[in-house]
Amino acid sequence: MTAQLDINQLLDQLENGLRRMIEDRQVTDPVVIGIRTGGVWLADVLAKRLGIEGPIGELDISFYRDDFSRIGLNPRVKPSSLPFDTESRDILLIDDVIMSGRTIRAAMNEIFDYGRPASIILATLIDLGARELPIQPDVTGRTLELDANQRVKLRGPDPLRIELQETGH
Amino acid sequence: MTANDRSPNHLQLTRDGQLRHFLTLDGLDRSLLTDILDTADSFIEVGERTIKKVPLLRGRTVVNLFFESSTRTRSTFELAAKRLSADVLNLDISTSATSKGESLSDTLLNLEAMASDMFVVRHSQSGAPHFIAESVTPGVAIINAGDGRHAHPTQAMLDMLTIRQHKGTFEGLRVAIVGDVLHSRVARSQIRALNELGAAEVRVIAPGTLLPKDVESLGCTVEYDMVRGMKDLDVVIMLRLQKERMEGALLPSEREFYRLYGLNREKLALAHPECIVMHPGPINRGVEIESAVADGPQSVILNQVTNGIAVRMAVMSMAMGGQVSDRQMQQSERAQA
Repeated sequence: MTAQLDINQLLDQLENGLRRMIEDRQVTDPVVIGIRTGGVWLADVLAKRLGIEGPIGELDISFYRDDFSRIGLNPRVKPSSLPFDTESRDILLIDDVIMSGRTIRAAMNEIFDYGRPASIILATLIDLGARELPIQPDVTGRTLELDANQRVKLRGPDPLRIELQETGH
Repeated sequence: MTANDRSPNHLQLTRDGQLRHFLTLDGLDRSLLTDILDTADSFIEVGERTIKKVPLLRGRTVVNLFFESSTRTRSTFELAAKRLSADVLNLDISTSATSKGESLSDTLLNLEAMASDMFVVRHSQSGAPHFIAESVTPGVAIINAGDGRHAHPTQAMLDMLTIRQHKGTFEGLRVAIVGDVLHSRVARSQIRALNELGAAEVRVIAPGTLLPKDVESLGCTVEYDMVRGMKDLDVVIMLRLQKERMEGALLPSEREFYRLYGLNREKLALAHPECIVMHPGPINRGVEIESAVADGPQSVILNQVTNGIAVRMAVMSMAMGGQVSDRQMQQSERAQA
């Protein structure tokens, strides 16, 4: 299967969904945080589309992963950067792919170490199912079911595109 | 792995090249040293948060074993471990069981039996941390916090982090280390790190009586005259005059030493105008360094202290990670057998 996923269509979907959420929750001045690496690229694009000004937050969740006692430290960790006060703010949290939900668990723990946000809205480009934790995105670009030998990856930042790979076995 | 493989790396690194103890910089290559600096950079950001803590070492026990007194190193190791969410035990060995006749090995085995995961070791004997890692408690990650005249690798790495922050790169840098090189474990580790990371020149500036024999073989040039030696420097690292370790008449007097090898404004003016001034602390003001220089605009001495916490967090989490993957490998080998 080499189905091409149209990134712009998915971004439209995310943008519209986020607009609806922002309106429903009566959020007036949100900040945008992306999870490295793909989530940051998406956060950039979505902030522009939604007309949200100001810097984008970048999270590297390596220090918060729950598998340190199985695989050790990620050697390519980069500093997180939240160049704004998160206390009592409404946060749009963006990631490229959600599966087990563990990344989002780690990201939320990290965000709370910076302060207590008023709310978090979670948007992910692709939802692969296979959840292991009770965490669901508020907005998704597309839900996909992959075969065991398939992988999906966001490439970018310019241009952004979605790659569907078949592994050897 | 054979029994005659005595290189430090067979002890320090896992088979896939991860750190599992941190004993010396000998044998660690540029990419690993750079990994340590990059990881430390990420931990600096943690130190700037309201909640200065990440959960990496939650539930692990770190024991600070200081057989020799230290304030700054011990307290920055303690803070580093606490910011990684580890539980920390500080053992003042001079008042503990060793003074009741218990041997070093017995003390350590008891601590291991309390399910300790990491020992941070400072010892006046060169090679003590190495010995512990090899022979006493191989399942505990050992971090060298200074052994005899041999090495002080976390201090050298925090100095490298400070240099990289201010200069961006090591390429082309001229760095001098000034003062009591003979008694300095820091100087040995610094020379090693600077060479591995690609500094253009490492210069030691000291009287002949305070230099070890064959100092050039460590990878540095030697200058006995500080006025000549300051020329073109990008970084000057002052060493503390180890008064408590000074045996015999290596020096005529402190005043004479300050006149010849103390860093004052006049001598600093001979270096590159953007030369930074470093010192591992504690400072002997008016012995190695003039107060106006130590507190002046080119001094980065307090940055070094801040960076010390981040570097120690990096080394501790990397070594713990290496221990973890070591255990994984052993388990899967046992499962296959």
